[in-house]
Amino acid sequence: MNLFVADVMSGRHNRRDLFRRAAALGISATVAGGLINRAAAQDATPSSLTGDLEIFSWWTSPGEAPALEALFTEYKKRNPGVNVINAAVAGGGGGPAQAVLQTRLQGSNPPDSWQSHPGHELIDQYVDAGYTETVTDIYASEGLDKAVPQGLIDQCSKDGQQYLVPVGVHRGNGLWYNKDVVGKAGVTVGDTMTQEEFMAALDKLKSAGVTGLAIGDKDSFVDAQTFENHLLGALGPDKWVALFSGDAAWDDQEVKDVMTSFTKLLDYVNSDHSALSWSDATAMIIEGKAAFNTMGDWAYGEFVAKNVVDKMGWVSYPGSDGSFVLVVDGFTKPKGAPDMDNAIAWLKSCSSVDAQAAFNPLKGSIPARTDVPTDGFSEYHKWSIASFAKDHLVGSAAHGLATSPAFKQAFYDAAIAFVTDKDVDTFATTLADAAKA
Amino acid sequence: MATLTTAATAERADVGVRRRRGFGERWLSPALLSPSIVAMFIFVYGFIAFTFWVSISNWKTNRRDLSISDPTFKTYDSLFNQTRFQIDLRNTLVFTVLFLIMAVFAGLALALLLDRHVMGSNLFRSIFLFPYAISFITTGVVWRWIFNPETGVNALFDQTGLNDALAKAGVGPLKPGWITDPSVVWQVNGALEKIFPWADVIKAHLGIPVAMIPVVIAATWQLSGFAMAMYLAGLGTIPGEIKEAALVDGASDWRAYKDIIIPLLKPITISTMIILGHVSLKIFDLIYAMSGKGPGFATDVPGIFVYDKLFGAQQYNLGSAASIVMLVLVSLVIVPYLWRQLKEL
Repeated sequence: MNLFVADVMSGRHNRRDLFRRAAALGISATVAGGLINRAAAQDATPSSLTGDLEIFSWWTSPGEAPALEALFTEYKKRNPGVNVINAAVAGGGGGPAQAVLQTRLQGSNPPDSWQSHPGHELIDQYVDAGYTETVTDIYASEGLDKAVPQGLIDQCSKDGQQYLVPVGVHRGNGLWYNKDVVGKAGVTVGDTMTQEEFMAALDKLKSAGVTGLAIGDKDSFVDAQTFENHLLGALGPDKWVALFSGDAAWDDQEVKDVMTSFTKLLDYVNSDHSALSWSDATAMIIEGKAAFNTMGDWAYGEFVAKNVVDKMGWVSYPGSDGSFVLVVDGFTKPKGAPDMDNAIAWLKSCSSVDAQAAFNPLKGSIPARTDVPTDGFSEYHKWSIASFAKDHLVGSAAHGLATSPAFKQAFYDAAIAFVTDKDVDTFATTLADAAKA
Repeated sequence: MATLTTAATAERADVGVRRRRGFGERWLSPALLSPSIVAMFIFVYGFIAFTFWVSISNWKTNRRDLSISDPTFKTYDSLFNQTRFQIDLRNTLVFTVLFLIMAVFAGLALALLLDRHVMGSNLFRSIFLFPYAISFITTGVVWRWIFNPETGVNALFDQTGLNDALAKAGVGPLKPGWITDPSVVWQVNGALEKIFPWADVIKAHLGIPVAMIPVVIAATWQLSGFAMAMYLAGLGTIPGEIKEAALVDGASDWRAYKDIIIPLLKPITISTMIILGHVSLKIFDLIYAMSGKGPGFATDVPGIFVYDKLFGAQQYNLGSAASIVMLVLVSLVIVPYLWRQLKEL
């Protein structure tokens, strides 16, 4: 891992730097040049900032901690006089970390910046509560306003002001498969898949005696995520966004039909799903015990860890091609940050091409900026980068971007019950009630 | 065992106090106790009161809002109307009853066996007590592997040839779903609704969730050693003369146990059930590690519900209301016990 970081910062990288600065100069000819020049100048000479910088996150796992470290490395290069404090709190999915963070924020003791998803998690929990300041000026000075797709900027904004610097983007609507298992059952998977083709494939696999779809829903978010992908594939992004924003009704017949088709999907799922975590389910397709698994692209990290990338294929979840379900990580600017200048320097550092190029290959995500060179990325991530640049971007509900925390939890609960009792009417009314509450 | 040691220490302390009681003692003990009393009132009862306040407030986002909701008990109303919480209460009841029965019987059986001074009884006493020393999380993870339908005991059924034998006998293979079985057996909703027409507000299936049974087994494995230790202590206090008198009168072993020893152990049984009962009402870690919420919340409990609603959904009023319900359940068990203990003093 350290070798990689060293590699990223090697000579090759400097050439990339030059290239980028040349591009920046090009832009400065057309845009108000002063800002950009100042940014470029700051790049070149280390700052004279001193003191501490406390960064709060839940990145402690083997794939996450080195990625965070890469952000720190870039920051220290720019601000050698600042002492960076890693205040990460361990615990799956950030639940324990968020509890700690809430306590600190309510006690007016914020860190200098903390990790957040955009969308409702950012706006409901932090912006509306008055814990954050806008970062609109940083978007302008660092060129994020040009380099980040508008769909993601919208997720980071309220009333036209931005509140989050996005660093990495995961794609939530992936369908992963084991090429051997699928091939043996006589199923061919193209570049895209319709829901009908998917059902036919699952049928074929079932008659070949293979578990079609691996699910591990001991983790609460998994049922909700699987359902949200299915819903997106069936209804398309516009209706999907309308449902989660409360502009469409959950007990609509069209939605109920999707729920019914989802219950058919459940016939092809492994029977021990409730005892498995999401990564256990991913392991099932790695080991060839099942054919398909739908999961965000952190599943790709499992393939890398087990050295089976060549055996695995991927498409968008059936029907959802052309949409990109966002699961995004970024950093906030706290109101009353103890070291405000250092915090602003942190956000600028995280905005940079260099930081995003170093961070994302380690984290297994793609840069939020679309102007980061793609040579450091895997074939899958290049595919994801292309999708990010052109597809319809929607925030994940299961990961808190598209819904309030309360609805998210109600959505989890309803989906867990639905997977077991397959009761479409109850599922629809529960969600409709939760949306009204 | 714990109770016994405490009782003995208390007795010794009593003697000491009686001997040394003099001028100033009357003020000394309250003065020494007052810091802990004050701390307890703030950190225990104060926060219970605060939790209750939160539970009837409008605080349902991360922005603190301590205004009282209208109607006051709105949150409790919505809590009891949630299917998931109804299921949780059912699960708590089923888990507590099954677990108490199994742990108390297993503990009693082990204690009676060891009490007969069979060879190596000291060794076995330690062995049976060891699980009690392990953390619930560890127990949960290990038993999750054991009761995974693909890898655990079911693999044992296959490899021992049991399933081949069954297949020859024309019976299907033995492959229970264990913690993944979503079914709820012996449902009584229909019968209940016939007797109480209002029972149709209960949306949960009232019965025994099959997935809960492996969890009960794991909890019994862990805590029956504790019950055994309690019973061993109790057996030690039964005077030898009583047993001898029974033997002289020609009572069989069975009659001696049934009519003399087990009735004499009644106080121990009550203490054990109370201590284990409040453990099982508050259970969280074992289930969280072993089966999680289970298929369709088959193994969900109020503790997990509180965790989700407080830290996941940030619905502080709902989470607090569920905590208060848990507190009431535990006090229903504990308060009569304390009452009895205080009367004995």
